Amino acid sequence: MYSEKVMEHFRNPRNVGEIENADGIGEVGNPVCGDIMNIYLKIEKNVITDAKFKTFGCGAAIASSSMATELVKGKTLEEAWEVSNKAVAEALEGLPPIKMHCSVLAEEGIHKAINDYRKKQGLEPWVEKNPHSHEHDEGTCQQ
Amino acid sequence: MGAQRTVYMDHSATTYVRKEVVEAMAPYHAENFGNPSSIYRIARESRRAIDSARAEVAKALGADPDEIYFTSGGSESDNWAIKGVAFANRKKGNHIITSAIEHHAVLHTCEYLEKEGFTVTYLPVDQYGLVSPADLEKAITDKTILISVMYANNEIGTIEPIAELGAIARMHKVPFHTDAVQAIGNIPIDVKAQNIDLLSLSAHKFYGPKGVGALYVRKGMKIDNLIHGGGQERRHRAGTENIAGIVGLGKAIALATADIEGHNRRIRALRDRLLTGILKTIPHARLNGHPEKRLPGNINVSFEFVEGESILLWLDDEGICASTGSACTSGSLEPSHVLLATGLPVEISHGSLRLTLGSVNTDADVDFVLEVLPKVVSRLREMSPLYKGGKEGGCNVQ
Repeated sequence: MYSEKVMEHFRNPRNVGEIENADGIGEVGNPVCGDIMNIYLKIEKNVITDAKFKTFGCGAAIASSSMATELVKGKTLEEAWEVSNKAVAEALEGLPPIKMHCSVLAEEGIHKAINDYRKKQGLEPWVEKNPHSHEHDEGTCQQ
Repeated sequence: MGAQRTVYMDHSATTYVRKEVVEAMAPYHAENFGNPSSIYRIARESRRAIDSARAEVAKALGADPDEIYFTSGGSESDNWAIKGVAFANRKKGNHIITSAIEHHAVLHTCEYLEKEGFTVTYLPVDQYGLVSPADLEKAITDKTILISVMYANNEIGTIEPIAELGAIARMHKVPFHTDAVQAIGNIPIDVKAQNIDLLSLSAHKFYGPKGVGALYVRKGMKIDNLIHGGGQERRHRAGTENIAGIVGLGKAIALATADIEGHNRRIRALRDRLLTGILKTIPHARLNGHPEKRLPGNINVSFEFVEGESILLWLDDEGICASTGSACTSGSLEPSHVLLATGLPVEISHGSLRLTLGSVNTDADVDFVLEVLPKVVSRLREMSPLYKGGKEGGCNVQ
């Protein structure tokens, strides 16, 4: 059901944990829906120098968190903002359709953490280009 | 990946086919392949084999052979029992009573009938998954034409008070169906003593082949056919008989019901040791279902702060086969309707694990699961934002 890449990131997730005094924190998801993702970013001179995560969820949710944090590390905030859920899913060599919302959650987690940082800096938060109404666009599990 | 061993603890999903059953079936593929409806010798042999299997099923249930009809499995038997009785008794009434924790073969059939103009009462269950006989009695109206309550639940293993429910149905002269797919071989069944009018069973749950089951229909029941066509099964279920499958079913049910007590004793001992070990070594774990009124091989536990599919993937890596009531493996976003019906909070339902033990399991299997599972849960908790080292209640963080 999962690609080798997903399983590899599930078995050996990168960047698990919290960052003390993180510069940006993004908390997304809902335990009722079976997935919660917390993203922690360390930001120096507009560059993400470290990214960590804590996730409650299925294999795809854990692998997406791992891959998303890998993808944004070392990027400028502008570049990191452009890392889409599709990019996360592609880097994982695909996700089953029912699990795509896990990659959406990862994208939202990164965005929320970046905007958390911007707000703390007194900056205007960036606006989602393609807002997802909520991360679960099928079924009845709503925020 | 690279699992050294396989520990199969998903017997409620399906079982392997016993060697004796495979052997009994073997001649009916290439040698005695005759169509039982034909007249020549090999066909007569097929007919004889089916009759003998029918007698075995009847014996296992305390029924008469002419009350047994072979089907393609549990789902067909459930569909036939419910639609067949509903449509045949439509003039008498349109009310059906079932429970909230039935298998989807029953629930979705009832939902279909609701679209066809029937009304359905879904009886609630208590925290253990038990249906209350008093609730059943209250739900019966003069329009009630069918009651269907499962014998034992496939997820949490709870055994329903079938004889009591059957007695109430009989008193009100309402046909009583039970989905006994999980019960055969685990609970002694006597359809006459337990007032059961219709009973569904499926061979692959008791070490028989897949794709074959049976429906017991008490003599005198009014029931429409489901599968129309030829005159097989005494004109009640069309389709050339699955001879090898039926022979396998007959052999499997005879073996499964020969020593239920002995089988249960062995499985229950393994199960209890595993369950005790899990609850002792893993904090924030709870048993779902009834502590005593449960299938001998069933364990259903919830681990707070973690999600079921993740547990399964790790167990699979270690060669352990299990299942979960989490949404994430079901293709929907809702967790198990059974766990929710028992009042388990949604977020905890996501962290449920079902281990169902059976004939293949040994003490070494139990040891292995007890070695692996605590590590898996603790590893997942370490990366869970809900887990605060067990200091907080946890799930209601938002």
